[in-house]
Amino acid sequence: MEPVIVFDNVHYTYPADEKESLCGVSLSIEKGSFVAVLGHNGSGKSTFAKHMNGILVPDEGRVLVEGLDTSDEEHIIDVRRRVGMVFQNPDNQLVANVVEDDVAFAPENLGVEPKEIRERVDAALRQVGMYDYRMHAPHLLSGGQKQRVAIAGVIAMQPDIIVLDEPTAMLDPQGRREVVDTVFSLCREKGMTVVYITHHMDECIDADRLIVMSNGCVMADGKPADIFANAELLRREGLEQPETARLLQDLRASGMRLEGEPLSVEDCAELIAQVLQSERSRS
Amino acid sequence: MLKDITLGQYFPGNTVAHKLDPRTKIILVIVYIVALFQANGWIGYAVVTAVTAACMALSKIKPSNMFKGIRPMLVIIVLTAALNIFYTQGTPVRPGWIITWEGIARAVQMVLRIVLLISGTFLLTYTTSPIALTDGLELLMNPLKKLKVPVHEMTIMMSMALRFIPTLISETDKIMSAQKARGADFETGSLVQRAKALLPILVPLFVSAFKRADELAVAMESRCYHGGEGRTRMKQLRMQTRDYIALALGAVFLAVMFVLKRYAL
Repeated sequence: MEPVIVFDNVHYTYPADEKESLCGVSLSIEKGSFVAVLGHNGSGKSTFAKHMNGILVPDEGRVLVEGLDTSDEEHIIDVRRRVGMVFQNPDNQLVANVVEDDVAFAPENLGVEPKEIRERVDAALRQVGMYDYRMHAPHLLSGGQKQRVAIAGVIAMQPDIIVLDEPTAMLDPQGRREVVDTVFSLCREKGMTVVYITHHMDECIDADRLIVMSNGCVMADGKPADIFANAELLRREGLEQPETARLLQDLRASGMRLEGEPLSVEDCAELIAQVLQSERSRS
Repeated sequence: MLKDITLGQYFPGNTVAHKLDPRTKIILVIVYIVALFQANGWIGYAVVTAVTAACMALSKIKPSNMFKGIRPMLVIIVLTAALNIFYTQGTPVRPGWIITWEGIARAVQMVLRIVLLISGTFLLTYTTSPIALTDGLELLMNPLKKLKVPVHEMTIMMSMALRFIPTLISETDKIMSAQKARGADFETGSLVQRAKALLPILVPLFVSAFKRADELAVAMESRCYHGGEGRTRMKQLRMQTRDYIALALGAVFLAVMFVLKRYAL
């Protein structure tokens, strides 16, 4: 798989801080993959996200987006067009009084032809399921709907990568579901590369890759199933094991022979049922 | 309680008045104001009143809504009327009275002028959405860019402000409730005390507004905002036949008023 974003030994300290917020992060993100980034407040995960489209540039090391250096002022618009960014507070990222005008904001900035903007806006709104709300005022929408409009605003830019910085932190469970489903469909159906930053364990389960951050460093990087099976690492990072992983672990400890690490509730139930059935038929 | 505030005072509709290009409407309002100040005789006022009534009928705005716009100005209207009645020289209504026929006539005309001025300008905001208004203003002021007037910056600030008014109002509501829950009292006490009571609302409101502004700036930059240069618009305003007709009618109206003034009618 070809890498679309490359972090090369990135160090960053906020001007008012003494402690480094990123201390030597090196990794690359593959095209078309769904990468979840997990960590507590102050773990550096937002700082990490803001490096991906040049909002912050490294003090040391470099970040390459499809080969473009983010610290190069000349290409900054190119970088930002390629990497769409969705933020935590939906209220503070919508710029217009009407949903469709907001979605049109990025293509307007890029100087796209009016006719094409119209097409992009309609397509983006359909994609996130907000087409029927195109004439509404954003402040009258629910949190989940606002966040989907924000996602549409980014899609209309036609980016290759979409970075979401805790997009569900301020939403109720219903809104969270809406946003997570939308983001997954973007990755699985449209082949977009997604970097999804969160502190909700359960949202990372279906990701292709999970990165755990703490104190500005990458503590773990791998398949979600492998990381969630590592109870010791999770305890050290103060992260809770998903319920399914904990159940499997307890069952194993009590002598049941289970193979694999299914994380979704359905898969987990299926595996246990299978094992129970085979045990019953054996006895 | 704060949610009742309707800013911009836009009443959506589908009439000709709503469909006109905002640029046409802005120009027409200017024409209207100039024409109104040409009126100095009864015929002149009658013409302006008739034109205003016709526009109101076209826009299907209820007269009661018009009155709502005039109400805050009532004090000024009454004061103007009184001053004109009592301080105009001429033939007294009855011998010995201070009130003169000329004074009454002046007062009526002055009141008409103020009421017409308010109604005419309100017609613009009643029939044009704030966004369309800012778009129209930007385009009309475009030639000023040559004089290095930051037209794009001004209009984007205006539309951002409009966008955040409801957000900030609901935030104010929230802060007020939070302070009330802790025993703050906004409704009793002298004016000074009540003004002081607003401080615990304003401080958090400002702090959060600055935070919002910061986040908004980052979000805008993330969406490739880099000023007005090379920017296109999805919705392009296009002048249509009805706009040209409206502008022509406006010109006729203005000409009529100039003629009437010439003959002091």
